[in-house]
Order: sequence, then C-alpha cells, then structure tokens
Amino acid sequence: MREPTAARADAWLARSSDWPDRIADAAMWSVALLVIVVFAWIVGDLLNHGLPHLSWAFLTEVPSDAGRAGGIAPILVSTLLILGVCLSASIPIGVGTAILLAEFSPRGGWFGPLVRRLLDILAGVPSIVFGLFGNAFFSLYLGMGFSILSGGLTLACMVLPILIRSSEAGLRSVPDDYRKAGAALGISQAAVIWRVVLPAATPGVLVGLILGIGRALAETAALLFTSGYVDRMPGSLMDSGRALSVHIYDLAMNVPGGAGAAYASALVLIALLVAINLITSWLAERWLQRRITLA
Amino acid sequence: MTALWALRTLAALAAGIVVIIVGFIALESLPALRSVGLMRFVTDPSWHPTGGAERGRFNLGPMLVGTIAAAGGAIALATPLGLGSALFSRFYAPPGLGRWYRRLVELLAGIPSVVYGFWGLVVLAPLIRQWQPPGQSLLAGIVILTIMILPTVALLSESTLRSVPQRYLRGPAALGLSRWSTIHGVALPAARGGILTAVLLATGRAIGETMALLMVTGNVVQLPRSLFDPVRALTSNIALELAYAMDHHRSALFVSGLVLMGMIVVLVLAAESLSPERVDA
Repeated sequence: MREPTAARADAWLARSSDWPDRIADAAMWSVALLVIVVFAWIVGDLLNHGLPHLSWAFLTEVPSDAGRAGGIAPILVSTLLILGVCLSASIPIGVGTAILLAEFSPRGGWFGPLVRRLLDILAGVPSIVFGLFGNAFFSLYLGMGFSILSGGLTLACMVLPILIRSSEAGLRSVPDDYRKAGAALGISQAAVIWRVVLPAATPGVLVGLILGIGRALAETAALLFTSGYVDRMPGSLMDSGRALSVHIYDLAMNVPGGAGAAYASALVLIALLVAINLITSWLAERWLQRRITLA
Repeated sequence: MTALWALRTLAALAAGIVVIIVGFIALESLPALRSVGLMRFVTDPSWHPTGGAERGRFNLGPMLVGTIAAAGGAIALATPLGLGSALFSRFYAPPGLGRWYRRLVELLAGIPSVVYGFWGLVVLAPLIRQWQPPGQSLLAGIVILTIMILPTVALLSESTLRSVPQRYLRGPAALGLSRWSTIHGVALPAARGGILTAVLLATGRAIGETMALLMVTGNVVQLPRSLFDPVRALTSNIALELAYAMDHHRSALFVSGLVLMGMIVVLVLAAESLSPERVDA
C-alpha cells in the first residue's frame, strides 16, 4: 500500500506548493535526517573506538587488570549460561501458555483474557524491579545466592510475555483446515497440536525466541543483583557470573581507563544480537518454505 | 484431559509471576512502610537511609522528581520526533528509502540500554560539559532517553498509520487535498488511539529505564534547578544502593520499586483501554 494512486499523487503534486505542505515536507525530512545522523554517530563511534581493541585474543583470554587488559572469555561463557538457563525455563512455560491461549481459551471465557492482561503488565515491569524481585526471591528466599541460575531465572520471567505473545500469534496464524483435517482423520487433538499445528507455527515461536534472546542479552539492571559481578570462569550454575552487559557497565563506570575494553565489549554484544537475528530469520524463512512445499 | 490441566498450570504460572513479583516487593517493603510510614518518604528533610527507622532520613522526593523530569522531557521530545519519523517512512520517503529507513529504526530499537548509556557517558556528557559543566546532567539523561524511546514511538505509530484503511486516504485525494492536509485531517485522527498508546508505552519505558540514566545523569540526590544539574532517578537509586543496603534502607528501596511498579500498571492499563487491539511493546 506504499504507492499512492495516480490521482492522489497528482493531487499532491498540484497542491504541494502551499506553505503548510512545504513546512511539513521539510520537517519530516529533517527528522529522518536527524535519526540517520544520530544512528551513524553512535555506530561510527562504537566501530571507531571498538575495532582497534578487538582481536581473537580478546574473545579467548581471561580479563586482567580489572578488565582493562586481557579478554572476555569467562564473561562470554557466563552470558551464554545465563541465556541457556533463561531459555530452558521460559520456552516450556511460554509455549505451553501460548498453546492454552490460542487453542483452548474460548471466546467469552475469563481465564484467557485475565492471563493476557497480567502478561501485558509483566511486559511493562521495569528491569530494575525484576532485579529487586530476583534478588529477594531467587537469590535470598530460595537460597540461590548470587548465581547464574538466579540471573537466568530472573531473565526467564522477563522474556516470558514476549515469547508467549509471539508464539500465540504464530499458533493463531495456522489455518483451521489443518485442525479440521486432523480431526476428520480421527487423530486426537493433542496429537494434532503436537504433530501438525505446532510445527506449522514454528516461525512465530522462533520470532518470539529471537526477541526474547535479544531482550535477555541486552539486559543489565536485572542481573546486577542476581547473577552478580564475578568475572572468573564459572564452575557451575551456582557460581556468580558476569554478563557481557554488566561487564560494559562495570568497565565504563568503575574502571578508569576501561573505555577501550568497554567499546570492544559493546561491539561484541551488538554483533551477537545482529548474528542471532540474522540466523533465526534465515531459519524461519527456510522453515516457512518447507511448510509451503509440503502443504 | 490431564494435558489440558498441565497447560493450565503453565499458564497460571506465567500469569502468576506478576502477582508473585508484586507480592514479594510489597512484602519486602512492609518493614519500612510500618515503621517509617508512607508520609515520611516525601516529608523527610533528606535521603540518608542508613541510620535505622528513627535516625534515618527517607525522602524519595528528589528521586521521584528526577524520574519524572527525565521521562517527561524525553516524552516531550520523542513524541514529535517519533511521530515525524513514522510519517516520514509511511508517507514521505520514496519506497526504497522507506524500507531502508525502517530497518535502521529497528536497529536503533535493538541497541542495548547499557550501550546507549556508555555512549552518553563517553561522548554526550563530555560534549555538554564543554558547554555547561558538569556535563552529567538531567539534560544528558533526557537526550539519551529520547534516543532510546524514539524508535518505540516511531515503530508503534507507523504500524498504526499502516492500519488506516486506504479508502480513508482516497477521499481527500479525490477532493484534491494536499499530502499534509490528508495526513493532518484524516490519517492522524484515524490513528489517534494507536499513537497515544505508543506514547504511553514509551513513557513506561522511559520511567523504567535504569542503565542509561544511571550512567549519564550524575546521580546526585537533589532537586534540579536547571537542565544542567545532576539528578538521580528512582531506578538508578535502587541500582546504586541495593548492593550494600540493610534493614530499613533495603526495605525503603523496595518501597521505591513498588512506586515504579504502580506507575507502570497505571500506564499499561491506560494504554490498553485506549488501543483498539493489543500492541507489542
């Protein structure tokens, strides 16, 4: 719906000499230019200062001198472990909830709308409040202390709404014919959902997964008081582990002369986010194609 | 049907998390609310929360003002800019440029807040310092927050503008109205609800943001007299002090978490009552 109809384009051209139109034209183009300049400034600055500091050794060595020298190997490991805990807790709960909301919650019922309303609020909860909660509940009340487990579970609470919303949309986009065909063949509803509907909804679930991973990797405030600051190689999930985002924060705020390493870590973080994005959208596309050729 | 009950349990768990969060934060707030009382969080002379319930001072006012000033300033800037950005990619940009520009805004939306904060700390704050010291200030916070929430306003507004039916736009074209008259008279009014929802959700993000503000606003507990004064937001206060807070101090930080939570619930419910359909934050 991008191209205006010929008539509209002509009308716009004919009248665009009016002064409110000229002002509006100039305003929209300047806003866009401003956004592009700010983006180029931030990304250019990160590349400019981060690339010289980046090397294979930076990724594979342990940090020394409070992170000014050495690399980020243990921090990458902790980040991936936190992400792993987060996903193993949130995927089953998230996909299960999405199946319930999409397949089993009838119109006019009270349970589905209530769950959705509560999830919408959960999606808006500030990350530092997740940090407070994670510290009080997982770290102290459940006795996990400052650990990768506590941090990962806190993040799981945080990404659930994103994962559920996207999976539910994916499930709802599966044509009803699939379900009816299954029922007509006498296949149980559970089997239809597990073998037919869920595979067909994979792209939606995957999109939710990317968004969730993106949010979890970017998160800092919720991890400060749950997974903590320790930058050693973690021995188990009960050890404290410093996430990449926390590392950037610590280098920037608490380590004079840590800016170089912080720049490089920020580049690694953004590269991870972009890579996950690209891989998953490529996967989603392939899945989509396979589904279409099968159907 | 046991499978269905298993699903119901999972859903109840997912939805219950928000209840557990509110419950736990309220529980941890209780000691301070009981022995300090709600009033002293705004009437005490200062914020020196380490001396116990009697000798400590618990005024959260300056932090509340810091949060509201930073978020308010950011919304005032990000609303026109974000809307302009949405109008640009929907109505003004040539098709190729529009798609490219949209990708760019999406990328901006995906940059982690700690990276924005870092950039603000090493680039923006020194720039402001050259003009008006000390640089780490309310202004730096407003600018960083604006950059952070602009993509939220832009992407949500654009998706609402896209859902305005094409025939609404053909009418004014047939009448020979100009592009801006069409946007101003038809497209914007038709998308009003969705745009307001976008602004409310962006406000929620601005109020809840921690890292970016923590790194650029200087974190001095005071009522700002100008844009160039350092301030501390409620969120930054929690991040700075939770590590060593004990007893009533710790409990007071949970009270501020409860306040943040209250603001967000109001905003989310308001956004939902306005929007015609569910939106993605």
